[in-house]
Amino acid sequence: MSAAPTAARLGLLACEVCRLVSRAPALGGDAHCPRCSATLHARKPASLARTWAFLITAMILYVPANMLPIMDTSSLFGTQRDTILSGVAFLWTSGSFVLALLVFFASIMVPLAKMIALTVLAASVQMRAAWHPRTRTRLYRVIEFAGRWSMLDIYVVTLLVALVHVSTFASIHAGPGAAAFGAVVVLTMFAATSFDPRLIWDTLGEKP
Amino acid sequence: MSASPPVACLECDLLHRRSPLPPGGEARCTRCGACLYRWARPDANERALALALAACILFVVANVFPIVGLEIQGVHSSATLIGAARSLWDDGARAVALLVFVTTVLVPAAELIGITWVLAALRRGRRGWGAVPLLHFIESVKPWGMVEVFVLGVLVALVKLTHVASVEPGAGLFAFGALMLLIAASAAAFDADAAWAQLEAGR
Ligand SMILES: [Zn+2]
Ligand SMILES: [Zn+2]
Repeated sequence: MSAAPTAARLGLLACEVCRLVSRAPALGGDAHCPRCSATLHARKPASLARTWAFLITAMILYVPANMLPIMDTSSLFGTQRDTILSGVAFLWTSGSFVLALLVFFASIMVPLAKMIALTVLAASVQMRAAWHPRTRTRLYRVIEFAGRWSMLDIYVVTLLVALVHVSTFASIHAGPGAAAFGAVVVLTMFAATSFDPRLIWDTLGEKP
Repeated sequence: MSASPPVACLECDLLHRRSPLPPGGEARCTRCGACLYRWARPDANERALALALAACILFVVANVFPIVGLEIQGVHSSATLIGAARSLWDDGARAVALLVFVTTVLVPAAELIGITWVLAALRRGRRGWGAVPLLHFIESVKPWGMVEVFVLGVLVALVKLTHVASVEPGAGLFAFGALMLLIAASAAAFDADAAWAQLEAGR
């Protein structure tokens, strides 16, 4: 494969904010977009190191996010502690199958799939892998889009706490799992935005 | 415009020449398939402005009226979004409360007011004060506005609560539903390329 005409190979920089393509300055240093004055980089700075840092922190927090209760319900009958998974189970056993599946996907599958996918992407770039660049780019696009939906449970807990805390018969409080889970969502979003999909393609042109 | 400038794929860095698109079309990267740019109607930003303005108004309505009302054994309670974030804060879950506030109130509000300001100034043939940093800011916080996820969260919470109490959806919920659609429509209509070109020409 011959070297494809990329902006970087032609000494051009593409602005990630306004998409203007401009000539890279001859003498190193920080380049700024002539149109929107954003700082320009050929590739996102320290992309892999940042991605790994966010990703590994997210993986560590994923354990308490799922083990600790995200919600405590106290009523006359005692206290019930709900984790994310038991919340899904509750929806399922009470007959809301569609919502149970929805929450299962948004809260359990999406964060897990996102962390696995980012690990695969970052590792493949690190190993300078050449397999299926198009599929890997598409994978990146999907996880970047899907990640936000994991916030679902955070909003559910917020509303339940707000509505049920005034009642004398029951009260709902946010558990420590909620903060851990919120952190996982935020960290995986940071990990995804730190990763630069252009790195997937950079090694390809080097081969004869 | 002079010879149309090239466009680089943000996902694989391949350079492409711009070519005119048929109405409704979009240009995709020949190497990785990412969207490079979309066809935009000539009045795209007029529409985006009208939709953003409507969204600003609905945003106020959505935040003033309660989202859900609830009755458990004679005790009535209701919550607005900001009230809900507040009770979470008072409950001690401050980081989570802050996350909710930022993603559903602060970022969407900043985005809507910002885009309305920038587009309204451009419509009058001016470069609004601070338009460039503002548009820059809007583009960078975009992933953190999560109104549509919140709306789904309200629905899940409603279903959960119907098992223990009688719930009635409030006016705020319907306003949030409409707000979600307006934000999506305004974002889809917005022609960032044209806005940036206009801002550049006006300097
Ligand atoms: Zn720029
Ligand atoms: Zn591409």
